[in-house]
Amino acid sequence: MSVLIYIDNKDGLLKKSAFELASYGFEIAKNTNVDTLAVTFGEIADEQVKLLGKYGVKKVIKIINPQLLGFSAQAYSSVISEVALKESAKIVLFGNNFDGRAFSPRVAVKLNAGLAPAVVKLPSSYTPFIVKKRAFSGKAFADIELSSEIKVLTLNQNSFHIVENPVDTTVETFAGTVPAGAYAVKPIEVTINSEKLSVTDAEILVSGGRGLKGPENWGMLEELAGILGAATCCSRPVSDLGWRPHYEHVGQTGKVVAPNLYIALGISGAIQHLAGVNGSKVMVAVNTDVEAPIFEAADYGIVGDVFDVVPKLNQALKKFKESN
Amino acid sequence: MKVLICIGHVPDTTSKIRFTDNASKFDKSDIQFIIGPYEELALTRLLDIKDAGTDLHITAVNVGPVETEATLRKALAMGADEAVRVNAEPLDALFTAKQIAEVYKKGTYDFIVTGKESIDYNGGQVDGMIAEILGIPSIPSASKFEIMGSVAKAEREIDGGKEVVEAAFPFVIAAQKGFAIDPRIPGMRGIMAARKKEILVFEPSEQANITKIIHHYLPEAKSACKKVAADNVEELVRLLHEEAKVI
Repeated sequence: MSVLIYIDNKDGLLKKSAFELASYGFEIAKNTNVDTLAVTFGEIADEQVKLLGKYGVKKVIKIINPQLLGFSAQAYSSVISEVALKESAKIVLFGNNFDGRAFSPRVAVKLNAGLAPAVVKLPSSYTPFIVKKRAFSGKAFADIELSSEIKVLTLNQNSFHIVENPVDTTVETFAGTVPAGAYAVKPIEVTINSEKLSVTDAEILVSGGRGLKGPENWGMLEELAGILGAATCCSRPVSDLGWRPHYEHVGQTGKVVAPNLYIALGISGAIQHLAGVNGSKVMVAVNTDVEAPIFEAADYGIVGDVFDVVPKLNQALKKFKESN
Repeated sequence: MKVLICIGHVPDTTSKIRFTDNASKFDKSDIQFIIGPYEELALTRLLDIKDAGTDLHITAVNVGPVETEATLRKALAMGADEAVRVNAEPLDALFTAKQIAEVYKKGTYDFIVTGKESIDYNGGQVDGMIAEILGIPSIPSASKFEIMGSVAKAEREIDGGKEVVEAAFPFVIAAQKGFAIDPRIPGMRGIMAARKKEILVFEPSEQANITKIIHHYLPEAKSACKKVAADNVEELVRLLHEEAKVI
């Protein structure tokens, strides 16, 4: 029996979320007396495999199959399910990201498993199996009980701390079977956004609202993001107006995020916006309106004009970074 | 061409969330229910495709008790051709997906459209589950969609970028932001026409619930916001470093 974790890799390299998943999966495996295994597609460097071992993963199963012609939710899910059956996985764990959301429902159907999406904590009980998940787009949480024998979980990003549990890791290669017709949906072209950091990966987010007055004023936000190693994002009106691309929209109907630090600039804080960002560990708001609801959600606030405050903040942060 | 579009019946995005029965149930009192925002975009896009000349028959489907008919009626007012309600409480994603798959099998649909997730329990599961039950491909998190004769072209968001896919029918596609820009507002004519359209009611097929929401929590209240003077940004930097320890 095992806890099986799906790990996505970018050209053989792992992201921080992989170690969160490994740490979370290991904790469940420890509590249920089973091994922690990981499955990933394609080649992965040896030192990356060793890193997974540092967080408790005993075996890494690499899927190498020339019939896998790029992303296919159907094909990938089918092979992951095969691995889960082969390894008698009782828990199959994904990150709550694009891959995890694409594969987990299909794997759940294949394994006749209950699915708990967007979980934020370790299970509070194993029999019955109860785990806390995000609900109402960040406005609430819910305990979900899974009564199936196999359980599928997707873990919300940045909701579990990374813990080292070093073990020796072995690597295995598996081909699996690609279902006929899976590539009737055929990937044609992949474009990667030029930004270095994606909104969902970043630990610090610098977010702009209508208070910025126009797309031409984003330079100072980008500068701030650059100093902090942050990604930029925005409120809904800003993406609806076309000032910023849609994938930067955070909020109830955009991306729901949970960074360590969220800096809201010129955002009033509509309930839909707050729902999408209130998972942030620390929130800073800068707004001219002292009554703006963003200040109720923020930990630190400056009542002031972003055009005055942000350049000064950039200077202060630069100085801070130079001396730290 | 025939399409089945899943219409979620969810609390308005401005709703304050409350619970009842020892926090085991969502409190529906004083809540305005709407078509899920992603499904609204999805339906808008289908109507745009139809208006541009593609022969498309649109069936809106919902799994829910009779009160969800008001939401289906809105979909009809926007321009859906017909509506089907599967008469059951949708308490479990697999149960819901099974019902939709059954409706699909009863008709001669070419594809299925859903929203990327419901804004109540944020499952995001039903699209993938329907596709897996039916054994057909799926396109998750789609931000663009067009039909070009016998194939469809879609764009889906991926981690840090996007992917363009070409799809032969049938498939399941889940709409997210970008699928359409502004949701279509039903006009008087649409609203009048919708009154005359029939909502077909199907009884559910058997499928055990294997998940159950048993308790709800509201997020912990935040402590008061610490205000820093606009001419003292150095103090904010100090607080973020020394107190919050995030930089």
